[in-house]
Amino acid sequence: MTIFFASAFYFAAAVITLGIGHKVFQYWSTPTPFRIPITPAPSTLPGVVLRMMTEVFLFKSLFKANKWFWLLGWVFHTSLVLIMLQHVIYFQQLSPIWIYQLQPYNKFAAYPLLISLVGLLLRRFMVDRIRYISSPSDFLMLFFLIAIGLSGLLMMLVWQTDVYLVRQYFTGLLRLSINPLPNHLLLYLHLFLVVFLLIIFPFSKLLHAPGIFFSPTLNQKDNTRQRQHQSSKTSDHNNG
Amino acid sequence: MANREYTTPQLFKQIKTPKIEVDSMRLSGPFKANSSHQQALGFPSELVDNWQQNAIDAMGQAVKQSRGLRVFLDSCVKCGACTDKCHYYLGSADPKNMPVARQDLFRNVYRKYHTPAGRFLSKLGLDWLIGGQEMNQSVLDDWYNYYHQCSECRRCTVYCPYGIDTAEITMAARNIMSKIGVGQKYSTEVISKVYQVGNNLGLPEAALQNTLEGLEEDIEEETGIFVKLPLNQVGADILLVAPSADFFSEPHVDGLIGYAKVLHESGISWTFSSKASEAANFGLFIGNQDSMRKIALRIREAAIDLGVKRIIFGECGHAWRVAYNYLETLAGPFDFLDKSFPMPQHICEFTHDLIKRNKLTLDPSRNDDMTLTFHDSCNVARASNMGCISGGQFSIPRDIIKAVCKNYVDMAKETTHGSTFCCGGGGGLLTDDLIEVRVKGALPRMTALNNVIEEHGVTHMATICAICKSQFSKILPVYGMNMDMIVSLHQLVGNAVILTDQKEASVKRNGDQYQLS
Repeated sequence: MTIFFASAFYFAAAVITLGIGHKVFQYWSTPTPFRIPITPAPSTLPGVVLRMMTEVFLFKSLFKANKWFWLLGWVFHTSLVLIMLQHVIYFQQLSPIWIYQLQPYNKFAAYPLLISLVGLLLRRFMVDRIRYISSPSDFLMLFFLIAIGLSGLLMMLVWQTDVYLVRQYFTGLLRLSINPLPNHLLLYLHLFLVVFLLIIFPFSKLLHAPGIFFSPTLNQKDNTRQRQHQSSKTSDHNNG
Repeated sequence: MANREYTTPQLFKQIKTPKIEVDSMRLSGPFKANSSHQQALGFPSELVDNWQQNAIDAMGQAVKQSRGLRVFLDSCVKCGACTDKCHYYLGSADPKNMPVARQDLFRNVYRKYHTPAGRFLSKLGLDWLIGGQEMNQSVLDDWYNYYHQCSECRRCTVYCPYGIDTAEITMAARNIMSKIGVGQKYSTEVISKVYQVGNNLGLPEAALQNTLEGLEEDIEEETGIFVKLPLNQVGADILLVAPSADFFSEPHVDGLIGYAKVLHESGISWTFSSKASEAANFGLFIGNQDSMRKIALRIREAAIDLGVKRIIFGECGHAWRVAYNYLETLAGPFDFLDKSFPMPQHICEFTHDLIKRNKLTLDPSRNDDMTLTFHDSCNVARASNMGCISGGQFSIPRDIIKAVCKNYVDMAKETTHGSTFCCGGGGGLLTDDLIEVRVKGALPRMTALNNVIEEHGVTHMATICAICKSQFSKILPVYGMNMDMIVSLHQLVGNAVILTDQKEASVKRNGDQYQLS
């Protein structure tokens, strides 16, 4: 298992780095034939940065759309970020002091994470419109996230694993040396699903994370009157 | 397919989100283009052999050429925020009219053929896991139906956390369908008329000249002042490009009289052009850049031929979008125009400026018989700007209305400004074979309008889009309202403006006589 996870994590790290790198490059190098910002749109770069930040950190459009969806989505993403910060300690022998100071609060992030995930899942089952647009993969992804969260919570509360060894294992991986991983079923499940999500990241809807930064309706400036929009190759993207 | 039996939705106080009724609009698509119109646009005259592969290849091509399309296809997480935002879904309950489901008709095929996950899972026979969909006849039928039940209004985009623009996907799908030989009758017919005659309605120069002379007589009769409506006048300062419906449709033509009065009062020389006698650009609707460019270039050529200094656009929603955001890219640079004026300019900006500088003599009491509300047209609201101030596309038309009418009321907030509902006839759907779609899609707007009629005694709704005006003239009676309720914004201006030297002007309108005090 130690070796299996070591190779799996190396593989996943390669896939996610190359995969996202490739996607970002692809987005970057694909032309934007015209200005299509949703107006009213900012006309300056600082304005666009502000617009993007309110979308990325506050989910402003989603807030306008539906308060319930917003609450579930925002709580889920915020808890996820807090929990990921908590996990930094597994990759560093000595983490910055603020990571440790955050620990007591982060513990509680598991609950809102799980509650919001269950809420998102229930919504997929119960609202007829959302059920209609859901593919099996949309349900699977939520199941996986719930399983990851639940296994993590159980390891924290009920069936602890040797976190010292886990840290040795991952800090070791970073230095290309393989230390033993504790023999712990929940940990295996937890890590397996995490590896799986990392691998499918560049091939699935998880691409919304890099994608939002390239969305022309959000990131374009409304300044056509000041400056002609240069499509990178206007004559090339004819339709013939 | 078209003109089947349907029921007009009932108006309630609230815009309700219906329970889904799967495939209820499956048979409500438009007529298909005939071969001569297809050929006029350079498309195959009928469905080509091997169309499946052609469509798949064209899809790959489209994605390579548009970052937006690529990002939009990859990024959707199926959160459902858009599901209750489309007027066609709200009016028809067909789940394929939910923006995300409409996109998925395209996305699922894209996933199967153009993504590593789709290709890999297809080999294992597991592509159903991610909703992968084979390109087949039933998919093409769905594309044709449901991509012609989208008015490309982009209301869904406003609510999407990633700004996914269904209009871009609709345009891409329509373009692919055109390229495999399945065009829509209405749009291709209109575009081929523009190619042949110069405008959507196929009005030749002589007819245009005739119409303008008739309107000059009307204005003179009404005001006692001769107001010239010049056509092809070389050396004029301003080229006015109006939607061709403005030349004779009601209530459009009253708006055109308004433009003429305002321009006359400004003292700046101006002209129409018979070459560019059409502001509309249906190339946008069918998502075809070649058509768009070809149509846009007429305006450039006309401006050069006539030697004008500036170009002003009349009241037309998508034309203003194309003018504001596409024209320079398609047909620019317009460096031969006078740089001290915005390029292009909207007639509302022009009028607003004159009002601000007190250059117009206005008598708002001439509109006293009306209580107005304003319908924000989708392409003006969400795809353009006016006056170079944030939200100018909302404030400038309202400022003008308030300057020429005393009674003005806004409709509910979630149905105006950036959240405005489409009239139901935009994006190439303004055709009788789509009447069911148009009636149902108008439901949210009709609901909001009915509320201000009942609560505030609104009598008229002004708008600045030729398509909105035609759509509402047709749809208002279906919902039990008077078709004359819809007015052009410049019709109100035209009513209120007192021409220089106009002595005892009387304004004939709705059978009433108004005497100047």
